[in-house]
Amino acid sequence: MKREMSNQTFGMVMLSPAMLFVACVAVWPLIRTLWLSLYTQNLATGLEPEFAGMANYVRVMGDGRFLHTLRVTAMFTVWAVSLELVLGLGFAVLMNRTFRGRGFARAVTLIPWAMPTAVLALAWVWIFNDQFGIFNDLLLRTGLLDKPVAWLGNTGTAMFSLIFADVWKTTPFMMIILLAGLQNISAELYEAAAIDGSGAWNTFFRITLPMLVPAIFLAVLFRTLQSLGIFDLVYVMTGGGPGGATETVGVYTYGTFLRYLDFGYGAALVMTTFVLMALVAAAIYWPLSRMKGGL
Amino acid sequence: MKRTGLCMLVALVVAFCLAPFAWQVVTSLKSSEEIIQMPPTYVPDSVTAEHYRALFVRKPFGRYLWNSFFVSAVSTFVCVGVSAMAAYAIARLRVKGSTLILAGLVAVSLFPPIVFFFPLYELVRVLGLTNHPLSLIVPYVAFNLPFTILILSAFFRTVPPDIEEAAKVDGFSRWQILTHIIVPLSAPALATTAILVFIFCWNEFLFALSFAQADEAKTVTAGIASLSGGSQFEIPWGPISASVVVSTLPLIVLVLLFQRRIIQGLTSGAAKG
Repeated sequence: MKREMSNQTFGMVMLSPAMLFVACVAVWPLIRTLWLSLYTQNLATGLEPEFAGMANYVRVMGDGRFLHTLRVTAMFTVWAVSLELVLGLGFAVLMNRTFRGRGFARAVTLIPWAMPTAVLALAWVWIFNDQFGIFNDLLLRTGLLDKPVAWLGNTGTAMFSLIFADVWKTTPFMMIILLAGLQNISAELYEAAAIDGSGAWNTFFRITLPMLVPAIFLAVLFRTLQSLGIFDLVYVMTGGGPGGATETVGVYTYGTFLRYLDFGYGAALVMTTFVLMALVAAAIYWPLSRMKGGL
Repeated sequence: MKRTGLCMLVALVVAFCLAPFAWQVVTSLKSSEEIIQMPPTYVPDSVTAEHYRALFVRKPFGRYLWNSFFVSAVSTFVCVGVSAMAAYAIARLRVKGSTLILAGLVAVSLFPPIVFFFPLYELVRVLGLTNHPLSLIVPYVAFNLPFTILILSAFFRTVPPDIEEAAKVDGFSRWQILTHIIVPLSAPALATTAILVFIFCWNEFLFALSFAQADEAKTVTAGIASLSGGSQFEIPWGPISASVVVSTLPLIVLVLLFQRRIIQGLTSGAAKG
């Protein structure tokens, strides 16, 4: 019989495959991106790296297109996440009630979440089609529109379509997190409120909502960061168009790498975005970490 | 009166969630002429399977499906295995620094894949792994590790330590305790995480689009995006709708079968996160 390793050594052995995967796929890319961002490596340099110091970052600061994509991404995120939150809260309250077929109803609300975004994005392109799209048809039939709209062809409506599709797709995720939060609220609180003669709305705003705050912050944290990096939905639905109107940071960065082959600059864009995202994450996480029953 | 209101709201939510998919089903069953008929018909005049046939005859759609299944299944298997080992170390062996490791994992998992994209793209090319399933499997395993480790370590903590002690007395090694006792007892949690990882892998797009570009290597998400073919004006909507239906059907079945597990998995991952 071999002598047994200490728990610490054995534990490290058990952890090593996971650490190796994360090192390859997350740690290495960050180091490499940081390094690359200090070099110019594009078609002008024959795709060979040339040391450039902070030049890429100086270029980022003055890049109007990047600032535009930041604005687009921020607007998309604020709209999408707030609408998802409100709708997800509604769904969660509804699905927390008891009714016949609740299991089935919950399963159905999960379907949008489980579907591949890139594939569903094509489905939305078809739905929002200006000539044959059902979205136009429904609005025309109900008299909400008097002539068809090219939803993906105009600046404002293209953004609306993206947000609509994103809200449809990710509301279930919000619902699930909030549903778990709802189920953690003790029934006694509600009973006490009922004895005090509190009305339904009053109870919702005085008990349900405050008790849900940690769950809300958590859901918003996850969704905000995902949304700030959005790529697939935009890439497939509008490709960033029309005329760059819906180009998000993710789509711009991807294009800088693989379309313009401007690797050093792309890396600087990623590092800048990374820092901005970390700041946003910290801003949402900070109040959450100070809450009881939070993380 | 209150009940009818509730039922109507639920019906509305169900309709909202199903409508976009239902419209793809309807479109995919119409003939090409009927698809571009004005105004659109909500129930097909005549039902045809031509678009489904076209999918498998004109495009290697069967191949895409197989690739997606293979990559997702292998990634899921490896990911759950690696996570189980790590979760055991964190939950049971009280490895020093494990809270820090866990925090680091969660922090990494918050960032969207685009942040890590380019160096991986480079790496895949340098290693000659373009179009190789490994180019997708490795990132898929890594990106899903944080939340699977979270879910599993939370679950492993609930296994009574007495059982472990008894096994030690019987001469089980720590590895055997994991494989013979913890894993069988945690089968439900393992199944839950496996379902979630499988869904995430099946749905991934950015890496699938960039690392597997040959028809033999494409997964279904990237494959469908490339169906839109020629110009804006001749998008083959029939086959596209059919492909949406075929590629999402396995997921719908998974969701309907495992709804409760999925909700549990997502919430335990998030609550502990």
